[in-house]
Formats: sequence, structure tokens, C-alpha cells
Amino acid sequence: MGDWKNLLVELAIIAILIVGIAQFRSPRGARRGNYVAALALALALAVVFIREGLNLPAVVIPSLAAGAMVGWLVAARVSMIQIPALVAFQHGMGGVAAFLVAFVELTRDSAGLSVTATISGYVGLIVGSATFAGSMIAAGKLANRLDQRPTVYRRHNAILVLILLVGTGLVLGAVFSAGAVQSALIVAVIASAMVLGVVFSIRIGGADMPVLISFLNATAGLAAAFVGVVIESRLLIAAGATVCSSGSILTYVMCTSMNRSLMNVLIGQRAARGGRGAEVAKTAPASAAATSSAEAAPVAAADPHRRALDALRAARSVIIVPGYGMAQAHAQSEVARLAGLLEKQGKQVRFAVHPVAGRMPGHMHVLLAEAEVEYDKLFEMKDINDDFADTDVVLVVGACDVVNPAAITREGTPISGMPILRAHEAGTVIVCNLDEKPGYSGVDNPLYDDPKAVLLFGDAKATIEGLTAGLEAVDVGD
Amino acid sequence: MSDLVLMAVVFVASFLIGYVLISKVPQRLHTPLMSMTNAISAVTIVGALLVFALPTTTLERVLGAVALVAAAFNLVGGFAVTARMLKMFKR
Repeated sequence: MGDWKNLLVELAIIAILIVGIAQFRSPRGARRGNYVAALALALALAVVFIREGLNLPAVVIPSLAAGAMVGWLVAARVSMIQIPALVAFQHGMGGVAAFLVAFVELTRDSAGLSVTATISGYVGLIVGSATFAGSMIAAGKLANRLDQRPTVYRRHNAILVLILLVGTGLVLGAVFSAGAVQSALIVAVIASAMVLGVVFSIRIGGADMPVLISFLNATAGLAAAFVGVVIESRLLIAAGATVCSSGSILTYVMCTSMNRSLMNVLIGQRAARGGRGAEVAKTAPASAAATSSAEAAPVAAADPHRRALDALRAARSVIIVPGYGMAQAHAQSEVARLAGLLEKQGKQVRFAVHPVAGRMPGHMHVLLAEAEVEYDKLFEMKDINDDFADTDVVLVVGACDVVNPAAITREGTPISGMPILRAHEAGTVIVCNLDEKPGYSGVDNPLYDDPKAVLLFGDAKATIEGLTAGLEAVDVGD
Repeated sequence: MSDLVLMAVVFVASFLIGYVLISKVPQRLHTPLMSMTNAISAVTIVGALLVFALPTTTLERVLGAVALVAAAFNLVGGFAVTARMLKMFKR
């Protein structure tokens, strides 16, 4: 039936897709690449319509229109701080589509499916359902509808294994049965896969979310690829595999940026982690930075706001380290304004962005872009880390773990070995965090005891506004 | 069996090509990258359409329709939000 022709068409669409992805090198290229990839998907749809015609338009057209319209509206209105929640939700929608298609294909004509297609169908079904449920949990946490902290059950891993065993039993039962019994068993498989997704996701939280969301990105692609095997569409397999590959890379990058293994992030979370970290930090000997804190005490007694202003006025170079706390305080625009003012006063201003700042890979860059911070002022860790030592002032806004020198100086903490931004090497470090509590890792930050640190605890938005006003006042006074 | 081989080859080749390309994407584009690849994974919409290519029962129509809504949401929403984000990256 002209299979080579189909193959050629599918290969052409895959090639267009690859061209699209290949343009993700610069923002301009990415804009083009996004359209090219969208074109590839539009062509894929067109091919289906040409080949199969438009069946049941009364159902198909309204469904497509409804999904597309809601998708468009949500995309147009979502705020940049909510992007991770939206993306997680979309991973979930991909999972829904995958497991529903797999379900229909498995129940419709199970005798006619090859062994390969049957196995793939079940894998697609399970991965799709688990991705859906896991993503809903992730989206709930990211949208702050659920507790963002990890929820850890007693014997969490044992529960996971138990669900897997039950699920495997249900799959075997479904494979060797037929008719209504089979359909019922497949529904049970879907249900157990969803429970698996929930139990799996619920114990990941806070700063580990970038790993979870990347992982779900990969599994959503994997589900699509397995559905592709069932319906014998090489296009689906290729596109799904590419997405899976992308999600895997991002997962890997996120893990290495925290110096943790994937297993440690996904199934290593144990109860009361914060408490343990804090304890370690308290009993451990003070780091080199803290040893001089006694002589620094009189200085620290001076008004920190004044000290911060003096340091900023005298500075010639400033590096701003934004963290998720900045986004939580909605302080992006204020930080951008302060950066603009400092620059107008002739200082060099740069932003140093840690790979895991934010709630998904690259999130901080999007947040700063929204606040109209120019793209070429944003630096990745590896490009700017050697410059801290020559920098007069570092302004930390809502970040803790990513500038915690304990990662370098102390053994055995949850962040030991994690690559950090070496803010502590700068002349003065101004910390605009909500409070002195440690970051997500629970490890106390010795930077706070360093005499060169100026601590401005409180709402970052107000703090930054205060600094801007203080600097402007001098400006006028001149 | 040759089908299985072909499909395995397609999967592995795509995974590797994806790996090479995506390793070169700079960190600052990782969020748009993920939201775009997420839209690409909505290619499952093809499978959802094929549900209707054969005679369907009522249940299959309902499930197919839900799959279509979800995939279309993902497809349009994914590309649209990616475009919106990338517009904010000036130059």
C-alpha cells in the first residue's frame, strides 16, 4: 500500500522537526525553530486528514477546537512565575492523550495486535497514566495548591514496589483475558499506574521540582513513542523519542547542577530532611568564614540598610544573584529597576544565574526576561564564577543554597559538592532574603556570619525598593 | 519482525539525534525548550485522530474526544506559550 511513500512523508516531517529543534541556540533562532516545529506538527495533522479523511466531524472538530482554544487562552494569560505549573499540567495532558489512545487500541482489536504492539500498548498505557497523575501532583505543587514540601510516607519505597507488583499482576491478567473482563482489568492497570504516579511525585518538592518536571517531560515523550508503536506511526515514535531525549538531558543537567544522583532525588527523599540538615549544620565546626565573626560584631551592629547603600555607592562592579525567593516576593521588576539605576551610575551590573534557580530548567532566565533585564546581562554559572573575586558587591535576592559556601567547605551535608556561585569571594555580599532560615537543603549558610555579609531580611520587594530609593536620593543630592 | 527492527531503529536514531541537538541548547533557553518539546509530544493527537478512522463505539468516541481535547490543548498551548516566552527574550 505504498508504504515507502508513507515512510518518505514521515521522514520529511521528522526532518522538519529536527530543523526546528536545531535552531534552539539563540532566542532569535529559537523563535524561528518554534514555528518550524509547529509547522511539522501541522503537516502531521494534514497528512492524517488527507490519508484518512475527516471521520465523525461532529465529534472531532468541536474537540479539536475546544482543546486548541483553551490551550491558546491559557498560554496567552499565564504569568511567567506560573510557567512551571502550566508546563507540568501540559505534560499531564500529553499523558492523558497517550493512555486513552493506548486503551482504545488495546481493547478494540486485541486479537489483531502483534506481540510488539500489545507490549508497547501496555507500556504506553502505564507510562501515560503515571505521567498524567504525577504531573497533576507536580502542577498542584508548583501552582501552590498543594503542599510544596515533600510528603514522605513511612516505607515509601516499599509502597512503590507494592504498587508495581500489583500493577504487573493486573497487566498479566489483562493480557490473558478477553472481552469485558479484559477491559475492566485494563482500567485497573490505569488506576494503579495513576496511584504510582501520585506516590512517586508527592515526595519530591521545593528545589527538587526542576528534576521532577524534566523527568515528566521525558516520560510524556516516552508514552507518545510507545503509542506510536501501537498505531505503527514512525512519526510518533521519532517525535516521542526526541522529546524523551530532551527531557532526559534536562533531568541529567539538573541533577549534576545539584551534585545529586537521579535516584537520590527521585527515591532518596526521607522524612524530616530539613531537621537533619539543620542539626548537622549546628554541630559542625564553624567554617573559616565564621571564625572572624567576633571582631565583626561591632560592624554588624551598624544599620545594615546604610551599610548596603554605602557598599553599593562605592562599588564599581555588582553581580546580582537571583533565586526563587525573588520570584516569590514578586521582586523581579524592582530588581531590574535597581540594576538599571546602578548601571546609570556607571557601575558594571551583571546577573549570575544558577542552573537550578527557579522551579524548572531555565526558569530564572524567563522571569528576568519578563522584567526586561537584557539578555546579555545574564550569565551562567560557569561563565561568571571566576569573576566574583574581582567584584565589589554581590546582591543576593531570594537565594540561599546556591550561594552557600558550606557546599565547598563542609563534608556530609545534603549540598556538599554541589556547584555554587562563589558569591562569598566578592568584597561585600548583600543578602536580601525573607529570613535567616536556611534554604531548601536545610543547611545553615555560613555566609550569613561572614563580616563582609550585609543581611537585609524581610520582603525582598520592599528591601530592593528601599535600596533603589536610597541610591536615587543620593543621585538627586549630587 | 522487520517492523520491530525498523521501529527500534527509528526510536534509537531519534533519541540520539535529539541528544546531540539538545546538548547544545544553552541553559537560558531550557524553559522554552521544554515547553516546545512538550508541544511536540502532543503528536499523540495523530493517534487520537486514528481512533476515529475505524468504526467506533460510544465509549471509544468519548475517550477519543477527550484524547483530542487534551492533545489539542497541549499542542496549541505548548507552541503558543513558547512563542510568548521567546518574544520576551529581546535580541
